[in-house]
Amino acid sequence: MSKLQQAFAEGKFGVTAEMAPPKGYDFTEEMETAKLIKDLVHGINVTDMQSACLKASSLGFCIALKQIGAEPILQMTGRDRSRMAIMGDFLSAAYFGIDTMLALTGDHTYVGDCKASKPVFDLDSVGILKMLTKMEATGNDCGGNPLSSTPKFYKGASVTPVYEPVWLQINKLKKKVDAGAEYVQTQAMFSADALEDFMNEVAKENIKVHLMAGIIPLKAAGMARYMNENVPGIAVPDEMIQRLSAAAAEGKEKGVKGLPAKAGIEMAADLIRDIKSRGICDGIHLMTIGAEKNIPTILDKAGIHING
Amino acid sequence: MVVSKKKPIEELMAMLGDAKKVGIVGCKSCATACAVGGEKECNEMKAYLESQGIEVVGIILPDESCHKMLLRKEIKPIMAQKPDAIISMACGSGCQTVAQNVNVPVYPANNTFFVGQTERVGMFNEMCRTCGDCVLGQTGGICPMTKCAKSLVNGPCGGQKNGKCEVDPNNDCAWILIYKRLQEIGQLDRMEATQEAKDNTAHLWPMSVNTREVKK
Repeated sequence: MSKLQQAFAEGKFGVTAEMAPPKGYDFTEEMETAKLIKDLVHGINVTDMQSACLKASSLGFCIALKQIGAEPILQMTGRDRSRMAIMGDFLSAAYFGIDTMLALTGDHTYVGDCKASKPVFDLDSVGILKMLTKMEATGNDCGGNPLSSTPKFYKGASVTPVYEPVWLQINKLKKKVDAGAEYVQTQAMFSADALEDFMNEVAKENIKVHLMAGIIPLKAAGMARYMNENVPGIAVPDEMIQRLSAAAAEGKEKGVKGLPAKAGIEMAADLIRDIKSRGICDGIHLMTIGAEKNIPTILDKAGIHING
Repeated sequence: MVVSKKKPIEELMAMLGDAKKVGIVGCKSCATACAVGGEKECNEMKAYLESQGIEVVGIILPDESCHKMLLRKEIKPIMAQKPDAIISMACGSGCQTVAQNVNVPVYPANNTFFVGQTERVGMFNEMCRTCGDCVLGQTGGICPMTKCAKSLVNGPCGGQKNGKCEVDPNNDCAWILIYKRLQEIGQLDRMEATQEAKDNTAHLWPMSVNTREVKK
């Protein structure tokens, strides 16, 4: 059984971390990082060319993670693959013992770094989940032909709580859950209250799904402002930005580097602790954007010890 | 309407190579409306080619350059002059229809973009991707296959910001438009049902339609 699925089945607080494959074929450094975090989380969620920028594939990186004893979660977007290619990747993934997946529509090729690539989008996120669920139920492929062996995946999806109108997110979340999503991770959240508001909407609609709050530890005030302006669904509160600015000023005064990042780690840990202690949702998903080495510190500060 | 834009003239000249005598085929239909292959544009092309030392043996402007039978008849006077090549100033369909009717090279003067509407003179919007399986009845008359950059069938992605698309912030998010429209006409429930992924066999190309079959 998927480690994340088991955690939820046992009523535990689910913890996953995100890793991106490199733009190259040498995974050595990433695997060293993965070794540091693999026993602290229920899964390492491997991005599928996030922001539509070319990287090594999610599947290959997931296999490498499996080989070092980590629990990979295969992200699958519809951007670059037809339904046949998606299903083929899932069959290969299953052979390597990969049993947890996350379906995403995917950023458009045009916003990425290989703009001339064909935007495929044969299936949207709902379609990917639906196809997998149907395969599991029938033992047939996407063309209705029998498979010689049929894998089973613990299926996930994403949701953006800070969204106007939120009805559209709730409506699509319902579709994702109906299509087989058993857990969802959110776009990065910076306010436990905003998360709680969204959870109330989810509860009102009686949507049964394990929800994991997306957490991005901020590195600098500029990064926070940039995300507020440019990344859909992101709302970093002013007081967080002020704290990052103050940390930068303090660092400048004392001649110490890295104080804003440190403040970001503290704020992420505080947010996680708050979410968990208030029982707002079922887990967290850490998106450290290249700073995965900070994950042990963040989890420790937040008091999250999955084995303890 | 089929919407086209002029190719850079250098590209056309490169295709023409050492052709010395050419005929020009425009179109009174879409290409005239788009101002890429009407009478005015054909005459401008003629003047330009002549300034480059190329003889223009004739211009024809069929009602529809994409009408095979019509073209076969109307192209005859031009072909009688034995041109080295024909320049098509219609859409891709018109250009190919000309090519089917002659035995000399046919070169496109335009790039063909989409099936769309005229917003006002000189402004056109893509409206239909000719998927062969129209969903406008479920989506308030707004096409998600065309108006959503990802052709999503089950609602918006997370990429819209302030109602605008992640691909081009000049474009509205189709699903926000659909949501508002369905709300307005009291059909929001039509967004609640999960839509099946598109059956791509609905439009396998090349496709032919024969309405005569129906009459049998």
